Amino acid sequence: MVMQDLYGEFAEYKDKPLLSLACTQKGAKLVEDYMENNSFVQVHEWIPKVNKQPGLDIKAMPYYIFRNYDYPDYLAKASKEAKEELLLSTRLAIRELLEKNDQGYAFSFWPDVLTLKEIGDPRDIATYFGLWNDSGELLAKNIVVQCRQNTNYEIVRYAAHPFFIQGYTLCANGENTFYTKNKEFQKSLNKGYIGFESDSQNFLYTLHYVLHELKWPIKYYKHVITPLQFEELENRPDQAALQAIRQSLGHLEINGPNTIIGMLPDNSMMTCCDSKKLRPVVVGGDEETIAISSEVCGLNVILPDRDKTKDIYPNEREVVVINEELEVQRWKQ
Amino acid sequence: METMRTQEVTVNDLPWKIEHSTIRCTMCGSCVAACTFNAIEAKMERRSVTISTGHQPEPMQQHKAIPVILQKNSIAHACVGCGMCEKICPNKAIKPVRNLDSRYNVLARSGGTTIKRGGRNNLIQERTLDKIVVGRISQMTDPSLDAERHVFDILAPFGRVLPANKLPFAQENGELRLTAQTPPVNWIYPLIFSDMSIGALSTRAWEAIALAVGYLNEKHHLPVRMSSGEGGMPVNLMKSDFLKYTMIQIASGHFGWNRIVRAMPHMNVDPAGIIIKIGQGAKPGDGGLLPAAKVAEHVQAIRGVPKADLMSPPNHQGLYSIEESVQKMFMSMNAAFKFRVPVAIKCAASATSVSVYNNLLRDPYLICGGFFIDGIQGGTGAANEVSLDHTGHPIVSKTRECYLAAVKQGLQGQIPLWAGGGVGLTGNAAADAFKMICLGANGVFLGKLLIQLCGCVGNEHGRCNACSTGHCPTGICTQDPRLVKRLDIDKAAQNIVDYTLAFDMEMRKLMAPVGNSTLPVGRSDALVTTDRAIAEKLGIQYAC
Ligand code: SF4
Ligand code: SF4
Repeated sequence: MVMQDLYGEFAEYKDKPLLSLACTQKGAKLVEDYMENNSFVQVHEWIPKVNKQPGLDIKAMPYYIFRNYDYPDYLAKASKEAKEELLLSTRLAIRELLEKNDQGYAFSFWPDVLTLKEIGDPRDIATYFGLWNDSGELLAKNIVVQCRQNTNYEIVRYAAHPFFIQGYTLCANGENTFYTKNKEFQKSLNKGYIGFESDSQNFLYTLHYVLHELKWPIKYYKHVITPLQFEELENRPDQAALQAIRQSLGHLEINGPNTIIGMLPDNSMMTCCDSKKLRPVVVGGDEETIAISSEVCGLNVILPDRDKTKDIYPNEREVVVINEELEVQRWKQ
Repeated sequence: METMRTQEVTVNDLPWKIEHSTIRCTMCGSCVAACTFNAIEAKMERRSVTISTGHQPEPMQQHKAIPVILQKNSIAHACVGCGMCEKICPNKAIKPVRNLDSRYNVLARSGGTTIKRGGRNNLIQERTLDKIVVGRISQMTDPSLDAERHVFDILAPFGRVLPANKLPFAQENGELRLTAQTPPVNWIYPLIFSDMSIGALSTRAWEAIALAVGYLNEKHHLPVRMSSGEGGMPVNLMKSDFLKYTMIQIASGHFGWNRIVRAMPHMNVDPAGIIIKIGQGAKPGDGGLLPAAKVAEHVQAIRGVPKADLMSPPNHQGLYSIEESVQKMFMSMNAAFKFRVPVAIKCAASATSVSVYNNLLRDPYLICGGFFIDGIQGGTGAANEVSLDHTGHPIVSKTRECYLAAVKQGLQGQIPLWAGGGVGLTGNAAADAFKMICLGANGVFLGKLLIQLCGCVGNEHGRCNACSTGHCPTGICTQDPRLVKRLDIDKAAQNIVDYTLAFDMEMRKLMAPVGNSTLPVGRSDALVTTDRAIAEKLGIQYAC
């Protein structure tokens, strides 16, 4: 899961980049040395107290470390872009360091964002980390969680949803039949587009590319991943722009059954589906909580008393965005 | 007794032998009249015959002079195996049979001339595409689509595609708006009817193809485009709205361009594109050739030339490098149509294709609208046999290499890749096209299959391929008015239309099981091969 807009343990450190690690002792040392050598100053650390009761189905790592850092001094006056760039390259460097030595995983390094991933039975994983207790340590306004790991490829932690890059989080339900095309194209777009352990990472990288790199409005994400058919384009007033997008980013199209759930840096959440509506998704909520779930049974468990008549089942051309004020916007592509 | 003259040419030395049955033959003479190569003749032969004329069998052996059909002992009049005699014979009395012991190649260079012919490569019989199958089928986690009911977007770009970060967008109220002209890109059917000129083809054959293209567009809304080939176009067509379905080709001879340039002010619509032909897969490094025999009056008029062998030089004059060609040819062709018409380049596949493609991809003017690579199994109206059979490069791996070269730089899709030269060789063009697209082509072009649909009987095993002679027995590749009449334009056009409609459905039948409603360009994971070397070369899965 990825948590954003944190309270509890991390309430005081919202602007301090938070590193989420699962590693060995040696891995922890490697990271410590790296951060020190690169002038990051640790300001806070939270190590979950884990429940090692016998019989839990979890392939736990020895250590889970969540640390807030201060930016290096030389970046004090740096631009937002420069800082974002440093956080990304630092995470990539740590990932490489841990991977090379086979000592663990670095999932995210970003202010106000925490990532926890583990392999096993989701209920047992929650027990292990004490997520069933209301201890108040782990609190967040926005949470993206997926309890089922990619089943198509090798079971590795990096393949577990949700995926994160520079403030963008995404999880998906489905199959990306244009995985190879997407991957081959994304590899050269940004150094952060790596891994590809799951074919759903493609959706995240495209989201990040369209919003963060190209700085296009969010509605164009849907036009990139599931472009309108040429016939439909013909009658649109914005045909010229949409056709230009379709042809320039043809390799980012997805073409298979998918539901995408994303969380953006401004604390909004969004969802959309493949262009044939081959996968379900539903949005529902009450005054305090709004949730997006790939199946309605998920909503029924967490929000059993909501007004179900207000549930939204987005169609194949629709995008739904929930902003920080819990306002729900929906529009057709 | 005759003296043995072992060096004399006999029927036994020729590539095809005629089998003729005097018992079935009624001496109607149809075969002799039908044979455009003058390969057979009616003669008298003294033969031993047994006849019985009474009510009861009363066999009598006689030596009689009887009329027979005989094959000529002549290299110049060698039977090409076209089978027209067999087709026309009402009694099934005659047919050509391949002669495995032919000495033709040894004898046909007498007088120091090279062997010239048309058609296609007769040496390479290997077919990489037939060792590849679509092996990744959507079944569980992603469903197959329904080829009949889902909507499929079977279109390919023709024109220079800009990278997203170079699109001249301005943002206003959350909308992106283009603020400047971008290079023209036409989305067309991923099957181009390629480059056969009026001259190489009879006007009727060319017309049949043009007619099919018009019909496919107007009636079936399939945006199929044809390339004019190097030889100009009829002025009336250039002034008509049908011009929008045609790509005009310019090759090193610039044939027909006087007329094209003069017609420009009168064009109502823009052509679909311009193709600069640098090389041709069937005879790479060799210029075009139209033998005088085929330079009929109308060909002289369209091309603006006298009756003579028309040879295009192997190079565009004044070009010494790709960079220069980009500047000169592309600029002038783009400017001619005010940057509204995509300009593409066609080269023969070669060991150097990737370098050429890289050069084009990196060109700072962003004006190359397509890279056409033509493989060794491409066809031609006329060439030296040595070029046809022994020069060129297979198309499959070359297309893949070009695509992967672009991938390496993140430039895939910017200059659409079109592959041809052997596509549809076995008659199954959709399967070939689909596999080429999965390997990275945006679309394919084909020519031979079209004339086969018009009735051409040539094949890869030395049948006919006499397109250079002016004696095309099906009226496709000749300007002889009597032969041209053999071609029924409407039937030919209908065959092309029918085939293309079937092609379209077969494309869906291939896209549906892999779960894709748009073309899976570069989706190499959809393919598997039973050949390890192919798997390794193309980077696809090996399966056995
Ligand atoms: S097969 Fe063709 S070339 Fe040969 S004899 Fe018959 S008509 Fe003439
Ligand atoms: S039938 Fe005509 S077009 Fe076909 S191979 Fe023979 S000469 Fe060429």
